[in-house]
Amino acid sequence: MTSPQAATPAAAPPGEDDVLVRVENLVKYFPIRGPGLLARTVGHVQAVDGVSLELRRGQTLGLVGETGSGKTTLARCIAGLIPITSGRVIFDGHDIAGLSRRAMRPYRRDIQMIFQDPYGSLNPRRRVGSIIGDPFAVHHTASGAARKRAIQELMERVGLNPEHYNRFPAEFSGGQRQRIGLARALALRPKLIIADEPVSALDVSIQAQILNLLADLQNDFGLTYLFIAHDLEVVRHVSNQVTVMYLGRICEQGPKDPVYEKPRHPYTAALLSAAPAADPDAAAARQRIILTGDIPSPINPPSGCRFHPRCPKAQDLCHEQDPPLETKPGDVPEHQTACHFPVQPGEDLTTTSTIAAADASTGTGGEGSSLTGGAA
Amino acid sequence: MSLTELEFQGETTGSGPVQVIQGRSPWVLAWRRLRQDKVAVASLIVILLLALLAILAPVIAAWVGHPPNTPYTNQGLSSTGLPVAPSSTFFFGTDDLGRDLFIRVLYGAQVSLLVGFVSTLIGTVLGVAVGMMAGYFGGWIDTVLARSTDAVLAFPYVVLALALAVVFGPSLLEVIVVISFFSWAAIARVVRGQTLSIKEKEYIEAARSIGASPMRIMVLDILPNLIAPVLVLATLAIPTAIVFEATLSFLGVGVQPPTASWGNLLSQAQAFYQTSWWYLIFPTAFLLLTTLAFNLLGDGVRDALDPRTERLFAAQRKRGRARSKGAKPAATVEGAS
Amino acid sequence: MSLLEVRDLRVSFRTADGVVRAVRGVSFDVDAGRTIGIVGESGSGKTVLTQTLLGLTPGAEVSGQAVFDGTDLLALDEEQMRRVRGAQIAVIFQDPLTSLHPLYKVGWQISEMIRSHDKSVSKAAAAEKSVELLDRVGIPHPRQRVNDYPHQFSGGMRQRAMIAMALSLSPKLIIADEPTTALDATVQAQILDLLLRLQRDSDTALIMITHDLGVVADIADEVLVMYAGRAAEIASKRDIFYRPHHPYTKGLLESIPNSSAGAARLRPITGQPPSLINVPSGCAFHPRCAYVMDKCLTDEPVLTPVGEDGFHQSACWLPVSAAGLSEEAEEARKRSVGEARGEAAAKVAEEIADRPEAEGSVIA
Repeated sequence: MTSPQAATPAAAPPGEDDVLVRVENLVKYFPIRGPGLLARTVGHVQAVDGVSLELRRGQTLGLVGETGSGKTTLARCIAGLIPITSGRVIFDGHDIAGLSRRAMRPYRRDIQMIFQDPYGSLNPRRRVGSIIGDPFAVHHTASGAARKRAIQELMERVGLNPEHYNRFPAEFSGGQRQRIGLARALALRPKLIIADEPVSALDVSIQAQILNLLADLQNDFGLTYLFIAHDLEVVRHVSNQVTVMYLGRICEQGPKDPVYEKPRHPYTAALLSAAPAADPDAAAARQRIILTGDIPSPINPPSGCRFHPRCPKAQDLCHEQDPPLETKPGDVPEHQTACHFPVQPGEDLTTTSTIAAADASTGTGGEGSSLTGGAA
Repeated sequence: MSLTELEFQGETTGSGPVQVIQGRSPWVLAWRRLRQDKVAVASLIVILLLALLAILAPVIAAWVGHPPNTPYTNQGLSSTGLPVAPSSTFFFGTDDLGRDLFIRVLYGAQVSLLVGFVSTLIGTVLGVAVGMMAGYFGGWIDTVLARSTDAVLAFPYVVLALALAVVFGPSLLEVIVVISFFSWAAIARVVRGQTLSIKEKEYIEAARSIGASPMRIMVLDILPNLIAPVLVLATLAIPTAIVFEATLSFLGVGVQPPTASWGNLLSQAQAFYQTSWWYLIFPTAFLLLTTLAFNLLGDGVRDALDPRTERLFAAQRKRGRARSKGAKPAATVEGAS
Repeated sequence: MSLLEVRDLRVSFRTADGVVRAVRGVSFDVDAGRTIGIVGESGSGKTVLTQTLLGLTPGAEVSGQAVFDGTDLLALDEEQMRRVRGAQIAVIFQDPLTSLHPLYKVGWQISEMIRSHDKSVSKAAAAEKSVELLDRVGIPHPRQRVNDYPHQFSGGMRQRAMIAMALSLSPKLIIADEPTTALDATVQAQILDLLLRLQRDSDTALIMITHDLGVVADIADEVLVMYAGRAAEIASKRDIFYRPHHPYTKGLLESIPNSSAGAARLRPITGQPPSLINVPSGCAFHPRCAYVMDKCLTDEPVLTPVGEDGFHQSACWLPVSAAGLSEEAEEARKRSVGEARGEAAAKVAEEIADRPEAEGSVIA
């Protein structure tokens, strides 16, 4: 599987030492099996289809996308939790894709995850001290009194009362549980933390506490973050670089400010215009690009540019040809867009006539079908 | 927000004067709830009393002065050779050989409880191991294990018991082996399903992401979450095993006379039900009381371990009371509770 | 007279752990054709409040009044309430999948909704109406789609179907409980757009319950901010966002990452929301409030006017001059705290400053 997205390397490659993780043309298909005992594969969920990106040391890459964009699958592939279909994941100079559990073990210390659900990510039947101490136990790095001391230091560092060592997760609130998850992730002093929607289940006031904590920890430990979220303001707040995904592909990526201030992909523009802003005047002044329909099924994605059925600017070329991810004229070198007809500054997409309406009336296959698991 | 969520809020986020609750474990909470369940507590007391009587059976026999297998041909049989009715000498009367039925019923309790506990223990350990492996590893391991589970569940157990009895000769060991063999499959099936759902939890993903081995994940992360459903299943499996033992002994392929078991007591009693009611009534009553107590305790344990179902029922009861009779909730109500 | 007038509503539940006081005296009005946004975090009582209006809180102890179109909703029996629910007040829940029955066709569920309130409507007419409704909420091919089951709809379409069902009896009031929280941003935009358009066309009143200030900024006319079962502040949308008076409202606004603010550090509210079983004394917000004064520990503030329009009200002991995000307002806050903070409040303020997340947030 070759994708045109992989063909164009970043225009100004940073020094190899700056890059902690380089993902090259990563593909992840989930087979769909038919019924029966000896089930045959009847199709594939194309969760991630040819994604290349780089994470620089000490920085945060924000990964944005809606349900079914493949952002979580991508994160799990990078974390080595699921085998990839093809491509490479180079971590600190080593290709870690396809390593066995044993061979992967040393890298597990360097790559840690924090999860979205503060209720689901902690085993309700285990005490907090034991949960945070898990990494020490698994990697045999500390035991007995030394482990307990290390755990309590971690608890203190993330803003938990170390005396609550013996409590169960149910005795903590959502924000505190997220701190517990963070303490566990920090235990082995990782280099990379993959945070999958770490604040989206939290209340606004608590969300800000956790975002501040994440920023502090990044400073103190020199962490690199892959930060996945659907909230664009949150991503803008935490990220240096932003990658926007749609249906398993990258549609736009680059440094935060150019992407937010001068989006070139119509999907990015629509996403930004749709994001609710806590400012009534800005909300009233904003021209919303209302996309028609829903994200199609990744089992049978649209031909050409995957966004074309919903795109207000789509033309015949978009049906036929997959646009390469490349730097468009006038953009900074690292700002790349996969679009045949990138948005021009000042262009009003709300009034553009669209072939999406025509498509909607013929009934696209994706609208009604529910997305299959693992693709989110 | 649901009612349970509210209660949860109340339980956990204590600000102001900080609630100092040191590690209220889920088990402590479950035990506290169980203690409030009068039916469950009564059942537990009945079971403990039974166990005590069974353990002390030799002591009681010595005290009464009636060993279990000694026929009292003079005092214990009427002039026509029939069993005698309950009296101050024979509390439950005697059997057709003039043996003390009370003592024999107590010795029968030994057999019943022994078979119930031991075969349930074996079946549970086996069932949990098989179910957890099938659920966790999936793939061909799952296929093989799940199919053998189905095969066992489909097997006509009485036929197998009869066959085994013929081959090995009926005995207590044979009874335990047969019952264990049939009890693991039901547990394995439930455990497999539970494991499949627990496997999808983020904390399992978290454990994998720090590099924990499958063994560690199964023992430390999955097993503790299986204890609740397994405990309920096991409590409910004990009475099944007891009835199973009684059935086998009744059919003559279980525990053999002169060793007393409720099953073979009933088997012998059936010829005398017209003349000697006590012969049939006392073993039956004990069997019934035991299985009932275990079943009620099982229900209590389930409610205590899964507070949500309990509270849901409580809320429904309240709602039922509050609602004027038979009023159907409108469509919009769905999803509110 | 307003369409809905809620007066001193109180709701509590008895639980094993104690009495949960979910709503502790809330009053507000909703007018026809207006949207009121009820904002609060989990445990603020916002959902219980609206469920109580519809008699959906079994086992709760309820007091107060909720006069809807001349009748007190809280005094209705189950049968009378059933007739109000759906017909005059419709509800849209967060998760349409749990609100739509999985085993019945979407169209059938809408027709049934219509016919359950008006038996005189024929089946054919009700079916025709459901096609029309699905069309109105923007579902393509409504004539075929009525025969689909809920699982054949995507999340956004299910929420559209829920809205169609809510509209089926032309209610006077729609209560939407986090209707877009489970949806992606682009779909959320579609749904909010739809709600606004439908409301404008039909002059329906809308109560929008949400934790998302962005949603409020988009579609509300008035905003009620709830904290620990009480109204902290009520005002027009612009006043809430640009002239907040209550420190909780201000804290919420400052917690949101905002590109225009450009601050590297967010200023969160420290601590956790309180337990509704054990509500703090005085002002329930005082253990988290940077402007805590002695009075706040003992006396519970009530809503008092803080703006020129008389509508803007806040339940806070800070003076009227403390409203707003300007330097002067901050000065006014600091000044009054300086005068009114004694030993007791100073201790609370110290505790707040000691919290790990306090760094960077405003501590007077």
